[in-house]
Amino acid sequence: MDTFAQLVLLSLAAGTPLVFAALGELVVEKSGVLNLGVEGMMLVGAIASFIVAAHTQSPWLGVGAGALAAAALSTIFAVIALTLRANQVATGLALSLFGVGLSAFIGRDYSSVVIGGITPVAIPGLSDIPVLGRLLFGHNPLVYVSLALFAGVQWFLYRTRAGLVLRAVGESPQSAHAIGYPVIAIRYAAVVFGGACAGLGGAYLAVAYTPSWVEGMTAGRGWIALALVVFATWKPSRVIVGAYLFGSVTLAQFQAQAAGVAVPSQLLAMLPYVATIVVLAIISRDATTIRLNAPASLGKPYHPE
Amino acid sequence: MKLVLEGRPQPSRAAVWFAPLLATAATLVVGFVVFKAFGKDPLAAFDAFFIQPVATRYGIAELLLKATPLMLIATGVAIGYRANVWNIGAEGQLTLGAIAGGGVALAVGDAEWPSALLLTVMFAAGALAGMLWAAIPAWLRTRFNANEILTSLMLVYVATLLLSWLVHGPWRDPEGYNFPQSRLFTDSALLPNLVAETRLNAGLLIALAIVAIAWVFVRRHIVGFEMRVAGLAPAAANYAGIAAKRNVWLGMLAGGACAGIAGVGEAAGPIGQLLPSMSPGYGFAAIIVAFVGRLHPLGIVFASILMSLLYLGGESAQMNLALPSAVTGLFQGTLLFFLLAADVFVNFRVRVVQPAAAT
Repeated sequence: MDTFAQLVLLSLAAGTPLVFAALGELVVEKSGVLNLGVEGMMLVGAIASFIVAAHTQSPWLGVGAGALAAAALSTIFAVIALTLRANQVATGLALSLFGVGLSAFIGRDYSSVVIGGITPVAIPGLSDIPVLGRLLFGHNPLVYVSLALFAGVQWFLYRTRAGLVLRAVGESPQSAHAIGYPVIAIRYAAVVFGGACAGLGGAYLAVAYTPSWVEGMTAGRGWIALALVVFATWKPSRVIVGAYLFGSVTLAQFQAQAAGVAVPSQLLAMLPYVATIVVLAIISRDATTIRLNAPASLGKPYHPE
Repeated sequence: MKLVLEGRPQPSRAAVWFAPLLATAATLVVGFVVFKAFGKDPLAAFDAFFIQPVATRYGIAELLLKATPLMLIATGVAIGYRANVWNIGAEGQLTLGAIAGGGVALAVGDAEWPSALLLTVMFAAGALAGMLWAAIPAWLRTRFNANEILTSLMLVYVATLLLSWLVHGPWRDPEGYNFPQSRLFTDSALLPNLVAETRLNAGLLIALAIVAIAWVFVRRHIVGFEMRVAGLAPAAANYAGIAAKRNVWLGMLAGGACAGIAGVGEAAGPIGQLLPSMSPGYGFAAIIVAFVGRLHPLGIVFASILMSLLYLGGESAQMNLALPSAVTGLFQGTLLFFLLAADVFVNFRVRVVQPAAAT
């Protein structure tokens, strides 16, 4: 039973960066904007959080800095894609490429720096409950933050008026505009929120999951998060499930090695990417489902006239 | 008083060609600021970054050497982009091409094959491997409606891991002191040199030939025309019976073939063996080249030279200015951002609007 608890813990830990990034991107896409720059924003969040954590000795300050840095980066995307009405696909790609380059540039001196990261905190008494204690209370604090984020996003989107307005903007910006809602401003807010979430995902990687900085350390998780939003048909609850499933797939490499399976590590490391492709194909094949669940104005530039 | 974007009745042709120049200038300004922020004298930094690398014969040869894969890949992916087929996985297709071409070279080994034959087989293998890797996202899009951006990108990671496995394991040089690299290719498997005492090789001629062929295809061939229409007006294209699926296949396979050929060009050219990394991100830089070059062959050639200069400048900055070579990636991303921003002038005019006077 203990290995099961261990597996669950590791899967949740591995899936948490995806939870952060995918939830943020989900909100962005719900407002009708397609931001492909998640990978770049995650990396910028990672390096920003790492640098601040290294200099202030406070990993939590680092986390905040990571979210802020990525949010700032996302405003560049917002200006070009929303105000200047550029093609959102190209702009998002540019954001990713820029974020990768920027993070490598800023982070060049930090690859051998060691910081004290955020580690799971043992709650006396509760954590000692056999099985359940570890399953419920043995997680990294940021895992709980991500779950709170999920609850918050779910509540915001489906239980508040503001969330309803955001969804309306995503389905039909013209109608929302006709009623008098500021479509561009709402989309700006969504993009910045998505950026902050991606930054949190990156910060989690650099300050909690593996407290270190390696160039390109997200290893494609930003892109997987994008696929995850599609896989979850734009529903937050499914994002959580999908993220943890992917988390468990990324563990396969280590589990197989531990079990003595003689498959080369590189081939096992391919699993998350192959799984993403397979999952994307399965969920996309029904065009009707996609059309019904995807925000109707996703990716289309909005022209106020 | 405020600035308002007003739609133009027709896209401005002048802006289409002016925007890349504007974007380049803006990127240079950013470079100015970055250099200053790092305490370097901006003019000296400019000189080191943009002038020094091409001040010698060897430098110009290096410029063309790096521009070769860029223009090759950009030409291929641009064919797809015109039809709204987004092949973002060119880096992975390049890797597969290198693996295939390199595999042929390693398999032939010391057997005495004539160089022309060996190189032809290598390039053919590389092109096929690149097309195969691009066929996966094409199939997934036409059969499963899966977004080709994400699938082709995922395959980049898979390709890199495949190459890593090969050079760490089955294809590792037994006399290579356990370094992750393949055996060196024999001389007959290497591209012939073009300019003595430089690294410039015949790959440049192959690239230029393919750019010319692609230009003819897009401008003169009916299929090329149909792909352009499909990108500009998908509904009209559909009504006219232009096969959307065929365009996806063509768009992806063109990019895959070109990237595969570029991969062999790197393996049989400057590198001469298989290493864990066969490209400093050419596949991604080529996407920027395609955009900055306006998806037009001539523009792509110029843009590839500019991008190549950015690569060389980054290396030079590392050697002479103690700036990290990652500054290249920064400039590349900045260039694309500014291009997309400058593109607003193609479809919109900026007007100053005076608020209505109070009565």
